[in-house]
Amino acid sequence: MLKDITLGQYYPADSILHRLDPRTKLAGTMIFLISLFITSSAAGYVLATAALAGCIKMSRVPFGFITRGLKAVFILLMISVSFNMFFTDGTVLLRIGLLKITAEGLKLSGFMALRLIYLVIGSSLMTLTTTPTQLTDGLERSLGFLGRVGIPVHDIAMMMSIALRFIPILTEETDKIIKAQKARGADFETGGLIRKAKAMIPILVPLFIAAFRRAADLALAMEARCYNGGEGRTKMKPLVYAHRDRAAYIAMVLYLLLMTASRFWA
Amino acid sequence: MGIEVRNLSHIYNKGTPMEAYAVKNVSFTLEDGSFTALIGHTGSGKSTLIQHLNGLEQPTAGTVLYNGEDIFGKDYDLRGLRGRVGLVFQYPEYQLFEETVLKDVMFGPSNLGLGEEECRSRAEAALQSTGLGPDYYDRSPFELSGGEKRRAAIAGILAMEPEVLVLDEPAAGLDPKGRDEMLGLVSSIHRERNMAVLLVSHNMEEAAEYADRILVMNNGELIYNDTPKEVFRHVKELEAMGLSVPELTYLMHDLKAAGFDVDTDITGLEDARTEILRLFGMTGKG
Repeated sequence: MLKDITLGQYYPADSILHRLDPRTKLAGTMIFLISLFITSSAAGYVLATAALAGCIKMSRVPFGFITRGLKAVFILLMISVSFNMFFTDGTVLLRIGLLKITAEGLKLSGFMALRLIYLVIGSSLMTLTTTPTQLTDGLERSLGFLGRVGIPVHDIAMMMSIALRFIPILTEETDKIIKAQKARGADFETGGLIRKAKAMIPILVPLFIAAFRRAADLALAMEARCYNGGEGRTKMKPLVYAHRDRAAYIAMVLYLLLMTASRFWA
Repeated sequence: MGIEVRNLSHIYNKGTPMEAYAVKNVSFTLEDGSFTALIGHTGSGKSTLIQHLNGLEQPTAGTVLYNGEDIFGKDYDLRGLRGRVGLVFQYPEYQLFEETVLKDVMFGPSNLGLGEEECRSRAEAALQSTGLGPDYYDRSPFELSGGEKRRAAIAGILAMEPEVLVLDEPAAGLDPKGRDEMLGLVSSIHRERNMAVLLVSHNMEEAAEYADRILVMNNGELIYNDTPKEVFRHVKELEAMGLSVPELTYLMHDLKAAGFDVDTDITGLEDARTEILRLFGMTGKG
């Protein structure tokens, strides 16, 4: 279960997608997410599928890795699908007691499921091909204009990057603590809800302590290197757009135009 | 009977590009009441290997027998096994969670389904063996010093009264004095409770001083499984693995190379002293 969290986990590989500027990838992901909500026709979904499949192929990340993130949203997916399936009015296909399945409901829930799945895959693809450092760099630069209206963009970006960076560390830490308590005969599987909740205490207490210890260590290390926020801070590797980024932007604009047009095809 | 490891292999991230052998076809036996050291460089697969001994990790191939029974068999009671094969992780102090030291040490025995009184008496005995007296019982484990925390955590395993005690670098991060005390503690537990001990370490001095058998791992494979004397004859091979032999072994080899007729198998400080004094025609008394 713990290993199923793909969000914020980088998959090292050498591909065009990995080399793209993080800003390009951020924009691409945004455009892809928006496009999923613009379209409502089958043609649109075919196009989105093709685009996503193309990106996955280019990323050289194994398909199994990308779909791992889906496990976490499975329940949410099931709920939204059944809601749409049973509570949409239209031509009734099947009636079971109070519940009815309509043709419109079936279509809507199918699209809804695809939309959710693509949302997760699209954003996982970005985090899998972009290191957390790059990602926050990209965010900081892209949203830099918000700094002028008093939003501390750098600080938010730094917090995000630290949070992302710590996901795998704390996952590992949790794993270790679970094992250590299991070695003391702890049982996390059997018993009712209350017993299971109680069984979490030997994990949560050491985990919280570990998180605070790491936070304190990190704060100390940052201060020792004279970190005092984003003011006047320069980058060792400033972000620069390359040819491939321009090509990617053109592809994105074309894609968005096609997706918008697909609204009117069906 | 003890623990028998048979052709054990463990592969991490099987089926992904990050696939890697952590343990490769390892076989050995831990006899009852023995003291064995498991030596290897960081990343040699020591920690992964020992997590198979109480069934925390599932092997990719091979198996582990405890008193002749396959612990990965279908109906084997793994939780019961964890009470009999006590595993002390590296930095065990990070597993403490209870309000008082005594309660924390009682966590293990109470998981074995023992009564309150029995748990308490076992916990008190375990704390006594690790040198934490009654005035520690009601203190919070979080206000202890680093070394005391570690003792309390080890007591947490001892309180289950295991037959085999596996310790993953119990002296890691301790100062030289703390290290000596910790290993002295392990050694006295071994003697007093007649437990089989498997000590994971990358320190040759520790292994030479306490173990009657040494296992050496490199890149997931078991290279040597022998008495300290035999293992330390392989100076070159051990150095190639990023390991070393005890300082005294180096000294004896240097003396030999300089033309003195000494026994190069010596690893103990007392033996070395006698041997060197013998060179000068003295008996070593006084």
